Amino acid sequence: MQILKLKETVAFMRYRKVAMVFSILMMVASIASLAINKLNFGLDFTGGVKVEVGFEQAADLTKMRQVLDANGFDDAVVQLFGTSRDVVIRMGERPGVKAETLGDQILSVLKDGMSVNVEMRRIEFVGASVGDELTEQGGLAMLTALICILVYVAFRFEWRFALGSVFALFHDVLLTLGLFSILGIEFDLTVLAAILAVIGYSLNDTIVVSDRIRENFRKIREGGPEEIINISLTQTLSRTFITSITTLLVLAALFFKGGALIHGFATALLFGVFVGTYSSIYVASSIALALGISKEDLIPEVVEKEGADHEEMMP
Amino acid sequence: MLNKTPLWKTLMVMFVIAIGMLYASPNLYGEDPAVQVSGLRGVEVDASTLDQIKSQLSENNIEVMSIALEKGQVLARFRDTENQIKARDLLHDTYGRDYSVALNLTPATPDWLAAIGGSPMKLGLDLSGGVSFLMEVNMKEAVNKAQTGLVGDFRSELRGEKIRYRSVKLDGDAIKVVFRNPEDLEKAEDYLSKQNRDLLFTMDEDSLTLKAVMTEQKQKEIREYALQQNITIIRNRVNELGVAEPLVQRQGQKHIVIELPGVQDTAKAKEILNATATIEFRMVDTDNDIGNALDGRVPASSQLLYERNGTPVLLKKRIMLTGDHIVDAGSGFDEYSRPQVNITLDSPGGSKFSNATKDNIGKPMATVFIEYKGTDRKDADGNTIFEKVEEVISVATIQARLGKNFRITGAGSQQEAHNLALLLRAGALIAPIQIVEERTVGPSLGAENIKLGFQAIIGGFALVFIFMMIYYRAFGVVANLALGANLIMIVGVMSMIPGATLTLPGMAGIVLTVGMAVDANVLIFERIREELRSGKSVQQSIHQGYDAAFSTILDANITTLIAAFILFAVGTGPIKGFAVTLSIGIITSMFTAIVGTRTVVNAVWGGKRLDKISI
Repeated sequence: MQILKLKETVAFMRYRKVAMVFSILMMVASIASLAINKLNFGLDFTGGVKVEVGFEQAADLTKMRQVLDANGFDDAVVQLFGTSRDVVIRMGERPGVKAETLGDQILSVLKDGMSVNVEMRRIEFVGASVGDELTEQGGLAMLTALICILVYVAFRFEWRFALGSVFALFHDVLLTLGLFSILGIEFDLTVLAAILAVIGYSLNDTIVVSDRIRENFRKIREGGPEEIINISLTQTLSRTFITSITTLLVLAALFFKGGALIHGFATALLFGVFVGTYSSIYVASSIALALGISKEDLIPEVVEKEGADHEEMMP
Repeated sequence: MLNKTPLWKTLMVMFVIAIGMLYASPNLYGEDPAVQVSGLRGVEVDASTLDQIKSQLSENNIEVMSIALEKGQVLARFRDTENQIKARDLLHDTYGRDYSVALNLTPATPDWLAAIGGSPMKLGLDLSGGVSFLMEVNMKEAVNKAQTGLVGDFRSELRGEKIRYRSVKLDGDAIKVVFRNPEDLEKAEDYLSKQNRDLLFTMDEDSLTLKAVMTEQKQKEIREYALQQNITIIRNRVNELGVAEPLVQRQGQKHIVIELPGVQDTAKAKEILNATATIEFRMVDTDNDIGNALDGRVPASSQLLYERNGTPVLLKKRIMLTGDHIVDAGSGFDEYSRPQVNITLDSPGGSKFSNATKDNIGKPMATVFIEYKGTDRKDADGNTIFEKVEEVISVATIQARLGKNFRITGAGSQQEAHNLALLLRAGALIAPIQIVEERTVGPSLGAENIKLGFQAIIGGFALVFIFMMIYYRAFGVVANLALGANLIMIVGVMSMIPGATLTLPGMAGIVLTVGMAVDANVLIFERIREELRSGKSVQQSIHQGYDAAFSTILDANITTLIAAFILFAVGTGPIKGFAVTLSIGIITSMFTAIVGTRTVVNAVWGGKRLDKISI
């Protein structure tokens, strides 16, 4: 079976200006949203208390809010989580109350006030200073990863590809962050892990494409860089497509079956696979092209004949 | 003819996959409810303890599936949790004093498998339920404590050398010594700088002051030592809790992670972990009038402290002995049935204490309990400010020269004596610690996470299986075989590596690997199709397809692996769990997708004259 039957080379690069405008617009939108909406950082980053409780019947949120309010937890945010019986309660750190005991307090208040069976599912308390450190660490992790990848690709391929692929990664991360910011989805540690996985996936895609471009530069003797890139993209398109489909299939399984905890993770990756696939075609390749990649850059240097250097010295 | 795998290579592939299967298999056996009995504070569990426990259980008609001495502890397995709980209660009553009796889930791995190191994957807290703490060590206090110690050292060193000084004081980060004349200053500088090579000395002739500051290197060493020491102590404390398979690990520069699987009583755990207590033995100042002290005229060499009931006590500042020297402590009753704490010191502590007490027989000595409590206030750097709470727990007359073993009374109730003994035994923390993060996952949520995770893995696998089979037909089946082998190998390797823990994001990592592992085969198969389209023979196409795809796969996987390794190195918790499965998955998938499928493809299609293949 075959989904894509391509007889002719698709002129991908003809649309690179359109794609560039599109990418820049998306990036600007992401940056704007990150600046205005910011990220809805989860507890891991902000610090505070999060209590997840389970009820036997559908939870009465109004009553819960009343009970919490009456007991001094007026800043608590109460939300359903996953099902109508699971509720998550969130609040910031409170001066005067020892944060460590806050979770236990909330639970006992609920047990007394609700007169229904409340099951503790999860209590998390995170100090704000830990969050600062995490933000720093997460950022550092991404930066280190990007630099290491840059070095490896520059070493194995060519600096234009390295710049192209790292910029593509940056593009993907920024857009994914932008999506989280626009939709206001909670950004927690698992989402951070997902973003790093997006880097992995997008990179995988970019390398496969770059690899083929390099191969074709060496193999095909005629045609300019643009044409060779088009040929390469066409050749790898089928593979890009199939891999995206299989990955999306498993991610869909994760999204629908993996439970509420993994939802953010799956969302980030689902989106990441789309942008990752797009960026390996349009961002990485366009940049390499714009930076003036040429045949000479990729053809292994001809070993010079012995004594060639000395010719000038000869009479 | 092309595409023949040498026999040794085929055997190697089969061998590697068989090993993977073997080490993955313990995960199929599940776990038995068990009770583990291990010794506390030097008490050993031996064959006689095992026999006693055996007979006690059979006397009470508690059915035991198996009971044995394993790694210095008695492990009894039961068929159901009912027997397990009964046994725990029974054993706790008999052995609770000197042993820790804990509920446990023990892998039901058959003996022969366990003998070759087979064990199931460890589950993270998000899957098993339990509580995790992140503790922060107060490094400022650690350095400060060391500096204060130096003040005392300087005094005694100068006294020992008969160099007269006006004062020795801690001034910020520096120890300031003021002298009476320049000669003493010179002499002291000469002597002290030789004795303390890790301090930087500066002399000020005008004010006759010598200033000593710790080098950055020394401060770093102190911080490092404080962290290590605290980890050791926390380990001891965690052992006191009797939790099966606890985890105590350093994280970064000043944090310690503690994971207690299965623990639901967080209050008790916190109480024991959070207690940063030590004791000091100091002489009561009988030369000065306590009334004057209460009016605010406290002599410079003394300090006013209070007993629990509010009685003021005037104490000498000099510390005879600190809790660091305590090696063991237990609680009991004295001849008047008052609770007491029996203390054993190490030998340097013993001789130090013996010297300190020999001239003071008949005089009152106080035991001071010191606790660091985290407050809600923060300093400029956002670190929690700790409050030092000092309390006199007993004032006793020294009856005789005290040696390595002695006892103190006045701890209040039996429970308090017990708690104090427990804290003393666990050792004195070099620097106070505080919980900065706490997560509790309920057991039902953990079970639900496992269920959902498995469903996602199975669902994802099924979808990919069907897709590959439809799209690549016979070759799709080969790719699916490789995928199955890959999953088994991931589980096998995860079970083999002692430090690897399966978490929910880790499961997501496995799911993602499935998607990525397929990529290698897609690359190969697409190449083969390309070659076929260009008119090459079947064997040529297979050969070239594998060849050409190889370097691409390698490049792509190495770059992803770089990302995964960095995640592992800097990440924590869920990120680490994800990085582990992802990197293992990438490595195993390279093997199964390239070498594994090649072996199968060669065996089925290789070396024959074929006009068509099913791809």
